[in-house]
Amino acid sequence: MLSKRIIACLDVRDGKVVKGVNFEGLRDAGDPAALARRYNVEGIDEVVILDVTATVEARQARAHTIAAVAREIFLPLAVGGGIHSEADAAAAIEAGADKVSLNTAALRQPELITRLAKRYGSQAVIVAIDAKRGATVAAPHKGGPYEQGPYERGPYNVFARSGQAATPRDAVEWAREATDRGAGEILLTSIDRDGTKSGFDCAMTAAVSDAVNIPVIASGGAGTFEHFAEVFREGHADAALAASIFHFNEKSVSELKAFLSKSGIPVRI
Amino acid sequence: MIALVDYGAGNLTSVRKALAAIGASVWTPSAPGELARADGIIVPGVGHFDATRGLTDEWRTAITAAVASGTPLLGICVGLQWLFEGSEEAPGVAGLGLLKGTCFTFTFPVNARQKVPHVGWNSLTMPRPSTLMAGIAPGTQVYFTHSYAAPVIDDTAAICDYGGAFSAAVERGNVSAVQFHPEKSGEAGLRILTNWLGA
Repeated sequence: MLSKRIIACLDVRDGKVVKGVNFEGLRDAGDPAALARRYNVEGIDEVVILDVTATVEARQARAHTIAAVAREIFLPLAVGGGIHSEADAAAAIEAGADKVSLNTAALRQPELITRLAKRYGSQAVIVAIDAKRGATVAAPHKGGPYEQGPYERGPYNVFARSGQAATPRDAVEWAREATDRGAGEILLTSIDRDGTKSGFDCAMTAAVSDAVNIPVIASGGAGTFEHFAEVFREGHADAALAASIFHFNEKSVSELKAFLSKSGIPVRI
Repeated sequence: MIALVDYGAGNLTSVRKALAAIGASVWTPSAPGELARADGIIVPGVGHFDATRGLTDEWRTAITAAVASGTPLLGICVGLQWLFEGSEEAPGVAGLGLLKGTCFTFTFPVNARQKVPHVGWNSLTMPRPSTLMAGIAPGTQVYFTHSYAAPVIDDTAAICDYGGAFSAAVERGNVSAVQFHPEKSGEAGLRILTNWLGA
């Protein structure tokens, strides 16, 4: 039976792993390669590097981090943050990434999804969606591509630029379009739940997962083992991603998998 | 030296990295003629069967000749599918035809809530002993990412089930192939690559 995947997210800034609450107030969680090594031993299924403050100048630094992590693991490795062009994606893949995760860039130029899918295959293209429930969007990001707002409250409003910029998109509608354009997976993050440890947004995850035929990775809100079981059962997630719950040694990946297995959820032990 | 055939089907970095980790020397031949001096040939692949068009008649002839002279061949992912006669994914593109059968896509009952592509870790069963899968226990999980699959045949060395059984690994003489990605399948994957190298 196909296992539900447990994915560790390394939010990296300036070569260091950081993790904040609701995308703000970042605190240092350590060396990405060392963390990847630990997760590999503990049985993680996949690793995602999100370069949270990536800039064009940071491309080389990012390649260094990717290569350092890739040396430690023989597992799927995805990279997101700062992938704005085909050249950024090529640099990440050249450095050792198996998949790239597009967020703001896909919203700005959806045709980039198709271009990368044609070049590397859909399995190499994740579209990351950051969404917030019923957001009242009063002040769209100034100078951004969406300055024509404010927008109506939607069930699941999509935000760009690490949750800073509102967009007119709904998560379900955008996930469908991304799939049609060639995305191989959706990484769905609840901004409301991110870093709060109050559980994944299962209703939102199920709405997106049921709307597309490609795997959906749930993200944002992991706090307990039960939260993972919930997002697989009720959220219909194909994979679940977490960061802080693993980084600070609060919970180990192996304990989580033992719990899920006992709960009847197929995982790789 | 192991020849890693680059026909433009995506990313070879992780295959190179895994082979380096188990001590193999690898090069990417720039012309089919170079395959004559290979100690082993790997045909990798991600994405679409149509990409195997990049394996031109010259490459096909060189690979077939090397296999006939006893050089071990390993196909990975679409590289496995290409060893069969063809695929529903690209009906106009012929496979190498070393193995009998045509690759097909997954079919599930309506509302089964099963995703295609098949992405993630799934378990293997071994219908018979093989060099490639030596030391791999039944139930071992490996990493897959694909939308099409090859049928189970006499040469199948490992079976996976996703809406039906398909060939996860094949082995016939010096021709071997895996549908999963051994380079992304942790310790089990490295063991399988080591088995192939040692053969």
